[in-house]
Amino acid sequence: MSNLGLLLQDVLEEPKLIDWEWIRENFWEDIVPAFQGHIFLSFVSVAVALLIALPVGVVSARYRKVYPPVTFVTGILYSIPSLALFAILISIPGVAIGPAPVIIALVAYSLLILIRNTVAGIDSVPPETIDAARGMGLTNRQILFRVELPLALPVIVAGIRIATVTIIGIATIGAYVNGGGLGVLIFDGINRQFPTMIIAGAVLATALAVVADLLLLGLERYLRPWARARRT
Amino acid sequence: MFSKILEVYTRPDFPEKLREHVVLSLVALLVAVAIAMPVALLIRNTRLGAAIAINIGNVGRAVPSLAILALALPLLGIGFASALVALTALAIPPILINASTGLREVNKDVIDAARGMGLSGGQILSRIQLPIAAPVIFAGIRTSAVQTVASATLATFIGAGGLGDLIVEGLQRRGPEILLAGALAVAALAIITELGFGALERAFTPKGLKIVQKKRS
Repeated sequence: MSNLGLLLQDVLEEPKLIDWEWIRENFWEDIVPAFQGHIFLSFVSVAVALLIALPVGVVSARYRKVYPPVTFVTGILYSIPSLALFAILISIPGVAIGPAPVIIALVAYSLLILIRNTVAGIDSVPPETIDAARGMGLTNRQILFRVELPLALPVIVAGIRIATVTIIGIATIGAYVNGGGLGVLIFDGINRQFPTMIIAGAVLATALAVVADLLLLGLERYLRPWARARRT
Repeated sequence: MFSKILEVYTRPDFPEKLREHVVLSLVALLVAVAIAMPVALLIRNTRLGAAIAINIGNVGRAVPSLAILALALPLLGIGFASALVALTALAIPPILINASTGLREVNKDVIDAARGMGLSGGQILSRIQLPIAAPVIFAGIRTSAVQTVASATLATFIGAGGLGDLIVEGLQRRGPEILLAGALAVAALAIITELGFGALERAFTPKGLKIVQKKRS
């Protein structure tokens, strides 16, 4: 209770939320590595998740019976709160705290979104297009790689976009189990009762998510030349 | 290990932490619904309103939940109230987006037909737009509910209690059974929320829409 009172007093007596001096002094030492760590965590996680989700999505689109159990399992994974999932992963013997359990959890969160969009993308290919490809003598494999996947790509990229923004947000919590990234600034800020660090971490994580969102939106539009043609 | 975990659940403070978690999530969700639904109704017929709702949703998605909770600390202080404000802010965007797009995407012909039959604006809203949009609205509330239960785990970092307390205690005291007990309880609560709200969503889907959905699939 006395802690609470002291903290309230601190907040009231310290109207300055951002200490620019601290930011200048610790920019290269604290902020830049945290930012780089965050990009690393997010990028690796989405990349690994894609390597799993693409084949699973293609198989689910082909063999419809596989799809409900796949969405059920990945849906359950998706709804487990991240702090809980990190905690469960680091209690598995052999998994040490650090980036590894964080990346595993982030991959698990991306799967539902990526698989669902892969299936939706392949489903969106008109059956006439596939018939035409077959009529031209393409094999099933050629149809998949030359017709279905290229046409499904914008929808898949839309999934990558949602997954990336989600992952960048959740990755901040990974710092609690020593995963690194911008969460380090936020948690240190909480522990030291130093708002500047919290704000620096929060603002940079949000900015990273917004930039990733816009870049992937640009990619999505670029991959949909037919939509661009229609608009102009 | 298993019996050790069960032991944690018999601790006298466990029901208290569970209660804190549920109350925090539930109140935040209810306040969010109470704010987002009237706004969605107000802006349902304006193009600008739709743009605002979508932008609020996009920005809301980009701000990490930990960031919102952590920012509540210097701004509002430690404890339940600031966690509640943060969780409510997190819960609003999905409800607002789904309610506003759900209401907007009701077929214009259906509304014209209703108007032709002499229904007033209020009747069209309560008898046509809301029932047809109900599944989409409830899907938004479900997304929000699951997200709120998950984010309430982080309330422990700003001194607002909840099941996250157990995870933090387990990590700090190197008590894997406490950590696992907390994590499993939170996971179970989230999955129950997901399934429960899924059932609610189905219950509020009008019979006519269910037939259409079946035909399409």
